[in-house]
Amino acid sequence: MARAVSTRTKVTNTAIAGTLGFLMFFPILWILILSFKTEEDAIRAPLEVLFQSGWTTESFGTVQARSDYFKHFSNSVIISLGSTLLGLIIAVPAAWAMAFVPGKRTKDVLMWMLSTKMLPPVGVLVPIYLLFRDAGLLDTRTGLTLVLMLINLPIIIWMLYTYFKEIPGEILEAARMDGATLRNEIIHVLTPMAIPGMASTVLLNIILAWNEAFWTLNLTAAKAAPLTAFIASYSSPEGLFYAKLSAASVMAIAPILIMGWFSQKQLVRGLTFGAVK
Amino acid sequence: MGRIQLKQVKKAFGDVTVIPPLDLEIEDGEFVVFVGPSGCGKSTLLRLIAGLEDVTDGRIEIDGSDATGLPPAKRSLAMVFQSYALYPHMSVRKNIAFPMKMAGVAQDEQDRRIDAAAKALNLVDYLDRKPGQLSGGQRQRVAIGRAIVREPSAFLFDEPLSNLDAALRVGMRMEISELHKKLATTMIYVTHDQVEAMTMADKIVVLQAGVIEQVGSPLELYKTPRNKFVAGFIGSPKMNFIEGSDAAEHQAHTIGIRPEHVSVSTTEGRWKGTVGVAEHLGSDTFIHVHGIPGCDPMTVRAEGDIAVSHGDTIFLTPNTSQIHKFNAEGLRFE
Repeated sequence: MARAVSTRTKVTNTAIAGTLGFLMFFPILWILILSFKTEEDAIRAPLEVLFQSGWTTESFGTVQARSDYFKHFSNSVIISLGSTLLGLIIAVPAAWAMAFVPGKRTKDVLMWMLSTKMLPPVGVLVPIYLLFRDAGLLDTRTGLTLVLMLINLPIIIWMLYTYFKEIPGEILEAARMDGATLRNEIIHVLTPMAIPGMASTVLLNIILAWNEAFWTLNLTAAKAAPLTAFIASYSSPEGLFYAKLSAASVMAIAPILIMGWFSQKQLVRGLTFGAVK
Repeated sequence: MGRIQLKQVKKAFGDVTVIPPLDLEIEDGEFVVFVGPSGCGKSTLLRLIAGLEDVTDGRIEIDGSDATGLPPAKRSLAMVFQSYALYPHMSVRKNIAFPMKMAGVAQDEQDRRIDAAAKALNLVDYLDRKPGQLSGGQRQRVAIGRAIVREPSAFLFDEPLSNLDAALRVGMRMEISELHKKLATTMIYVTHDQVEAMTMADKIVVLQAGVIEQVGSPLELYKTPRNKFVAGFIGSPKMNFIEGSDAAEHQAHTIGIRPEHVSVSTTEGRWKGTVGVAEHLGSDTFIHVHGIPGCDPMTVRAEGDIAVSHGDTIFLTPNTSQIHKFNAEGLRFE
């Protein structure tokens, strides 16, 4: 029997949830509003911003004129897709091995991989910076793709491992009995069954790579700078330009927000996959 | 052809030996059932033959040639799993076609074999469905179809009916038996259900803790079990074991008598007891009788319309020619 919930409780809970949701969404909404204001209007009191100022798209024009949005955009696309793809190529066999042919140390290896995510990135900034400098990888898309792939690899492997674990071993054994080679087993049986999980892994990692700011800011200057660097370039040097900063932010987060919106069903299904049979 | 020989085959997981070295011969065309309680190693033994587990020691020969190190795909064996293990993303047709696709069978030959299998297994109307849209019995048929089209030298069944309901299980049991008669291919069938073993097998292999307790035809095992374990495992309800003075009378440590070899009377007999539970099945009545010295309760089979109920006094008389004698080690002797 379903638990009886009074209308009052429902209303209260809905109000609380709605308020919390709005609070979380508010900064993004405010950025969106400011991006359509002039610099003068953007620094006025909030109520005046809302009710006593006009709307304009001039900030977007200025931002595009001052810094090449599409260059940064294409850098972001290349780096996030590239690092995810590269990560998958390494992670699929790794996760396969750990899920289906586990050894005594599999759990330890998984834990060790996760532990690399517990390290503050700044702790390895200097060595990685020096390595990048000596290898000529500073401010290159190759360098960023590599470092973001390495940063996200533990997460990709963990997610794929979890999805692969959900696939009944008997089905893979059946494929083996049916004469499938390891390659055919992976192509014809494992991959099609793991596609929902792989899709959400890919989506999540594109988002993570797209939004990664620490390494992209520290290892790039101009040539390979993705959208995170594009936003940052409006925050400090010549004082604060709220409207332009907001416009730049909107331009930077819009693509990933839109992608996230359209794939949210897939993402949620992927992230809760296996929680309940 | 499908002659399978196991020679001193041993399996250990780490330090734990699950199957001590054993020998077994399976003749071409035989229907062999591995039966035993759960954890007795019967499934492991099947998986060793399939090649899904590596043997720790010993040799597996298929049709006279060494198959010990061969991968499963090269052994020309087909397997039907307990969970059916169908490919959920493929239609029934594609599921059945998969092994042929892997073997590179020509498309028209594939179609011919799929149609033949679908007809034989009543799957013609379901070929375009996904496994998720089928009932348990239909899924099991698809799994069998997938095995048949490979035209293997032997079929391996790993408890294929345990996920089905009782009525379906009886039906599928007959279908598999008929399939064996028709194909005349070697079949190795693993089950914990002794009724399945008795009804289907040409030869039963009774296992306990990885050791073969006895190999023989169903009736051999029923009539001349080698030891107490086999005597108790084969036959339903299980054999009654009696210790004490009644056993001593036969110069045995323990005697065994099957429920169907005890006659029941309300007036006189060898043993006097009290009815505990009477299970009326219609055709038969199984009566659990308390108070028999050295055996409590004793189960007996009586005719279906016997009028006994809980607490009644009852007299039992064993058919002495059907008494099995066991020594202190549990081995049967004449």
